[in-house]
Amino acid sequence: MKQLLAILVDGSVYASWLFIISAGLTLIYGVMRILNMSHGSFYALGAYSGASMVGWYFSTGSVPWLSFVVLIGAALAAGVTVGLLVERGLLRFMYGRDEVVMILVTYAVLLIMEDAIKLIWGVEPYFAYQPYTMLGRTKFMGLTFANYDFMLIGVSILIGLALWYGLNRTRNGKLLRVIIHDREIAGALGINVSKIFTITFVIGAGIGALAGALTAPGLSVVPGMGIEVIVLAFAVVVIGGLGSISGALVGALIVGMARATAVHLYPEVELFVIYAVMGLVLAFRPQGLFAVANARKI
Amino acid sequence: MSALLKTVNLERTFGAVIAATDINIEINSGEIVGVIGSNGAGKTTFINMVTGYIQPSDGDILVRGKSIIGKSPREVSLAGVGRSFQIAQLFQELTVLDNILIAHGFSVDRKLNFLKPLRSADKVGKVRSVLREYEIEEYANEVVSTLPQGVRKLLDIAMAMLSKPGLMLLDEPTSGVAVEDKFLLMDTVMAAIRKSNAATLFVEHDMEVVLRYADRVLAFYDGRVLADGPTQKVLSDPKVQELVVGHHLDLSDVKYATKKDSDHA
Amino acid sequence: MSKRSLALLLILGVATLVGGLLLPNWMSYLFTIAMGKGLVVLGLVLLMRAGLVSFGQGLYYCLGAYVAGMLTQFAEVTDVLLILLASVSFSVVIAAIIGLLLCRYREIFFAMFSMAFSMILYGLLVRNQVLGSTDGFNVANPSLLGWAPGPEGASNLVLAVAVLLVFTLGILAWRYLKSLSGYAGEAVRENEIRLEYLGGSVFKIIYVKYIIAAGLAAIGGTVTALVSGHVDPEMAYWTTSGEFVFIALMGGTGHVAAPIIAAVLFESLRTYASAVAPYTWQMILGFALLAIILFLPSGLWSLVERFQNKKPRKAP
Repeated sequence: MKQLLAILVDGSVYASWLFIISAGLTLIYGVMRILNMSHGSFYALGAYSGASMVGWYFSTGSVPWLSFVVLIGAALAAGVTVGLLVERGLLRFMYGRDEVVMILVTYAVLLIMEDAIKLIWGVEPYFAYQPYTMLGRTKFMGLTFANYDFMLIGVSILIGLALWYGLNRTRNGKLLRVIIHDREIAGALGINVSKIFTITFVIGAGIGALAGALTAPGLSVVPGMGIEVIVLAFAVVVIGGLGSISGALVGALIVGMARATAVHLYPEVELFVIYAVMGLVLAFRPQGLFAVANARKI
Repeated sequence: MSALLKTVNLERTFGAVIAATDINIEINSGEIVGVIGSNGAGKTTFINMVTGYIQPSDGDILVRGKSIIGKSPREVSLAGVGRSFQIAQLFQELTVLDNILIAHGFSVDRKLNFLKPLRSADKVGKVRSVLREYEIEEYANEVVSTLPQGVRKLLDIAMAMLSKPGLMLLDEPTSGVAVEDKFLLMDTVMAAIRKSNAATLFVEHDMEVVLRYADRVLAFYDGRVLADGPTQKVLSDPKVQELVVGHHLDLSDVKYATKKDSDHA
Repeated sequence: MSKRSLALLLILGVATLVGGLLLPNWMSYLFTIAMGKGLVVLGLVLLMRAGLVSFGQGLYYCLGAYVAGMLTQFAEVTDVLLILLASVSFSVVIAAIIGLLLCRYREIFFAMFSMAFSMILYGLLVRNQVLGSTDGFNVANPSLLGWAPGPEGASNLVLAVAVLLVFTLGILAWRYLKSLSGYAGEAVRENEIRLEYLGGSVFKIIYVKYIIAAGLAAIGGTVTALVSGHVDPEMAYWTTSGEFVFIALMGGTGHVAAPIIAAVLFESLRTYASAVAPYTWQMILGFALLAIILFLPSGLWSLVERFQNKKPRKAP
């Protein structure tokens, strides 16, 4: 019983984390048809920016709770700036190319960003544990949980709601959904696809960086942390259906629970379980759970 | 002897849209059937079902007495049904010769060789004679993407005919082809088809082509077969003229083209 | 292939072998590793000609290496021929299983799933203490039909085996690409629907190519393991697979020699770069990759073809 509770809570926390990471990835794919391999680097960028700024902040001895603002602010600033740079400086010249070519392009960006991060921040790990420990712990049914993790769940719900509202209630959001369904028609309707692409990529990159920053306080920030994230995020996004935010949510929950179960019962097969679940879903619904329909070809 | 193709109460819906319903037809060897109907009438849906590309919602399709329900396009092809496409489906960046060699390898030889060269002298000779029959041999070494629509369509049909299918479906063979070349293309294709005695269905929008080449006509309207019978009879049916052809077709006024000796396609 | 070409290749092969043996140790070591990697990339090129970019050849590269390592260390089997046979067989079986799922996918799905599978292996190896976890373990010296050379002799042995493999497999691959199976790859890339309508099984075609590529990757991994004397999970990490993709793009898919030559070039460049700019190697790769995509999408071999006045083949 205790283990079940532990699995449920761990699963939810992990799912929240996965959702925040995957939402950006699936949004960018849905609108721009680009599977952004460098998403993991934005995650790392956010973690490094957040952690280093928080570290600096605490050394100035200022009000502790504002460190959250610093954490999030630093990550968003870094993510948005670099995202803008990458989209305006490189990606916009490559639109219309084959999807696999775009993966290679974003892979190149990943390689460049990984070393850039190493050049800026060095290879030693960063620790920004203060926000994590600041929130304290809760004891429940004999188990101890960090309150920070609950906050993470709250933040992911917030982001989910914000994305839902943005896509369904705002004008730009609706334009985004038009583009997701048919880019050509959207352009023919006079929608400024190029501008929307920039906005989308920047939002996706920003959320990715935010995910990194929120994760940073819970663990040490090290080189290469972004890479394993991509493999996981991809599984989540595929289960949910490429391009679907609600799919990313459901996918995150499924993967989160599956992984928590594996970690508690048989840790060695963690990644294997996640991909086994993905394989199972795809066996029944090859396009994922909430995929956007494709038109007939011949 | 069972009919080559028989459909029984064939139906296909897409949600609330009835793309085809109550299709009951029989086609025998040697018949040349024109399939007409306005866009959205169900012609391509019909062809897609008969070739296994989509599955019917209800009803049965029998090729030589055996049902092909549940079979993939590949299995249906191997059962003797050939198809050409509205937009020629070719291997764009390869040459005409490579295209037809590959087609030959898969539809005639049916053996996936690993070390035997594809371009052997005798194979090349065989496929070149096919290209000659379709009057496109001069393009053998050209890359498909550089060729005009007429040549591509001929290649498309030639490739589909290689395995000598008993039933051949041509989806708008002359669409996209210049007006003056339509009859030349159809003359070439029909000559090759008549040699093999295949049953042929061709979807066509040009009534002059239908008149000249079809013995029998199936008129589709709103997902149903509106009329099925000899060409002259169906095309002079007032309902067909009103709903499908769209104007009063004066059958005495049809011009017949003569084959030019100069170059074409 | 004409008798004359065969004779020329034989001479070239012997020349390469002799040249390799005469090189200083560190160079022949690099050359052997490059040949091993070249074989992996050759398999990748076969897949790329069918329009599929695998980001997970590292899986079989690593499997091939670990099988070799485990046989020498735990089973005391050191015969090169036996080791090659075992590693290829094992990898082919794994590929046959994974391929059943993977080969149903294309484009980005194929790319990302293949990466996922190699990362799964990485995860399993890293957590496995028996196999040395992140440190990996050492591989004993190989032997050949009873002849057990010392360390230097062993390197020469592996070099000779590598040269032999590169030339024979290269010739076989060349013939393969001229067969129906080889052309079928391009047909798949150009128009799958048409191929199905012609009676071809697209799945079967891709499945076979995937298995062949796995076998080649395993051979490459075995060669690397035997000449370097060490294996570790890094071989299954995404960066390794990424390198293979980079080499494939660098060389192009125009000819079977392209991946081998590109691999030799790559290893030479990498050695130079790690001496001159060790902390920016990935960044250099990233910029180089962008340059290739933008300016030379058909790889370096397209320059050779341009020199021969042929039209460069379509980029993947």
